[in-house]
Amino acid sequence: MAKEVRLWEGNHLVAEAAILAGCRFFAGYPITPSSEIAEYMAVRLPQVGGTFIQMEDEIASMGAIIGASLAGVKSMTATSGPGFSLKQENLGYACMAEIPVVVVDVMRGGPSTGLPTHPSQMDVMQARWGTHGDHWIIALAPAFIHEIFWATVRAFNLSEKLRIPVILLLDEILAHMHEGFRLPDSSEIEIVDRAKPTVPPDRYFPYDESQGDVPPLAAFFSGYRFNITGLNHDKSGFPTTNPEIIQRDMERQRRKIERHLDEILWWDEHELEGAELAVIAYGSIGRSAHAAVDRARALGIRAGLFRPITLWPFPEKRVAALAEQVRTILVPEMNMGQLVLEVERVAAGRCDVVPLGKVGGIPIDPPEILEAIKARV
Amino acid sequence: MAFDYEKYLRMERMPHMWCPGCGIGIVVKAMLRAIEKMGWSQDDVAVVSGIGCTSRTPGYLDFNTLHTTHGRALAFATGLKLARPDKHVIVISGDGDAAAIGGNHFLHACRRNIDITLIVVNNYIYGMTGGQASPTTPFGMRASTAPYGAVDPAMDICQVAIAAGATYVARGTVAQGLLLERYILNGLKHKGFSVIEAMSDCPVQYGRRNRMSSAVEMIQWIRDHGVPVTRAKELPPEELEGKFVTGELHVAERPEYTEEYRRLIEKAQKAAEGAHG
Ligand code: SF4
Repeated sequence: MAKEVRLWEGNHLVAEAAILAGCRFFAGYPITPSSEIAEYMAVRLPQVGGTFIQMEDEIASMGAIIGASLAGVKSMTATSGPGFSLKQENLGYACMAEIPVVVVDVMRGGPSTGLPTHPSQMDVMQARWGTHGDHWIIALAPAFIHEIFWATVRAFNLSEKLRIPVILLLDEILAHMHEGFRLPDSSEIEIVDRAKPTVPPDRYFPYDESQGDVPPLAAFFSGYRFNITGLNHDKSGFPTTNPEIIQRDMERQRRKIERHLDEILWWDEHELEGAELAVIAYGSIGRSAHAAVDRARALGIRAGLFRPITLWPFPEKRVAALAEQVRTILVPEMNMGQLVLEVERVAAGRCDVVPLGKVGGIPIDPPEILEAIKARV
Repeated sequence: MAFDYEKYLRMERMPHMWCPGCGIGIVVKAMLRAIEKMGWSQDDVAVVSGIGCTSRTPGYLDFNTLHTTHGRALAFATGLKLARPDKHVIVISGDGDAAAIGGNHFLHACRRNIDITLIVVNNYIYGMTGGQASPTTPFGMRASTAPYGAVDPAMDICQVAIAAGATYVARGTVAQGLLLERYILNGLKHKGFSVIEAMSDCPVQYGRRNRMSSAVEMIQWIRDHGVPVTRAKELPPEELEGKFVTGELHVAERPEYTEEYRRLIEKAQKAAEGAHG
């Protein structure tokens, strides 16, 4: 039976999309403005035979999803800024041990308790560099209700395919806004499951480079007895301090991102052809920017929009090409300038890069972006 | 016939990193004998740990083994157990790992009464990081961060476990390996959250600072400070000052978490069917 278009709250749709993507374990801790994801999961997961647990804290919920994922169950947690900070140590563990998990961070004002009920885009850098040490991670920032759905499915698929934690970055506006969406049938959704070993147990190694950049991950209790540790490890998963082995392993982890950029990178472009000014905006501000670009074009200004959905890894090549093409790149974001740093790095002086940072818990609206565009052409 | 420990050890990981005379080995041996008595397949057992000397145990054992972050073993283990309630999850932790940084997870695992067995090797010190005071360092005893003697009163891990709702709580010592094995065995058999505290020796980081630089002296100290629970009941509180009570301290029946959750799933599915049909 084809489903009908109905109103979905962003947070609820993240949860429903996760279930359709195969998520069967959710551990969470209450925090505004993400709690509706946990509440929805508490209702829905047992209905599909999955498990919801409210843990004692943010740290525990991050640990629990790693444990469940190791048993072969797709797992997710959701939080907001301060809770995201608390999860960072175990998030780094998931990076080091290469355990697929999805972490939703609904961005609110910060640091500290900040503005719990107001939107921000202040965790862009935390999503990339929040945990300690060198590591690779994927972060997606959808802007529309349909994108929230597909970004959630993609978050699971990428995390399974690449054995990597994927961060889903929402902001409070998207999390609480209601928009119309028709839930796809499961036949319309492509689902990726992690590769399982094909070798016999005595020849299985969880980090075996000879099995490719993403070695298969056996589930605990499946007859493959192996070791997982947060220590640097050799191919068998046992601790090592051998510098060559560590270097090789880290290179492989980098490679597994670099060789899959085509699948990971996802963006939207609008009116960029012939543009001499590009706006780079993401999440809910990407929508303001879209409207501002349309108004600028109506005024005869050659402006366009580049709206990355994958923020990490950063779409370097495309942004570098844009920097060649345009005279100015304008970067509106609800923070004091985070993604703009990455744009500046990639533009490397080839064009002007202008930040338009705004904090205080209110969105940047189209007229503000239009004014900034006009001031630059 | 001698017990075949090698069946459960990853011999290629030897030699282990523990110091000569360390009590952890006695606890691990008791644990392996208890697992053997359960007759479980090694494929069906997971051993999970946090960080510290004790937490290096899983790497040497031939089970599904998981060495997690400091203090968080129970959180990871909770996810693992909920994902596969039919399997056996054992957590092995040190005193710092379980009672300090992991204290919150400890309380809530007890409260949920989830069917996990927690073995805490209590040697009153942070061994791996260089002999710093732990929540169980006895009052007045020395540590690298308590050079004048600990001023923090020590925590009684078993009493906390009982208060928080664990349904099997026992304390043994490395001076009595067979008793320890029996407590671990009963903990493994018990449906619900089991806590077995093993009073253990760290001659290198704890004993050395407290005039017990050999394992023998430390184990004697442990033996002399343990009071069996039956005798403790007859003693006035003053005579238990500075001592610890050993034995099976608490056994209770209470709904187990994963079983309760299975019932919740049935209820939720029935309600959803009702809503659709
Ligand atoms: S430092 Fe202490 S606890 Fe650690 S291995 Fe040595 S004796 Fe054992």
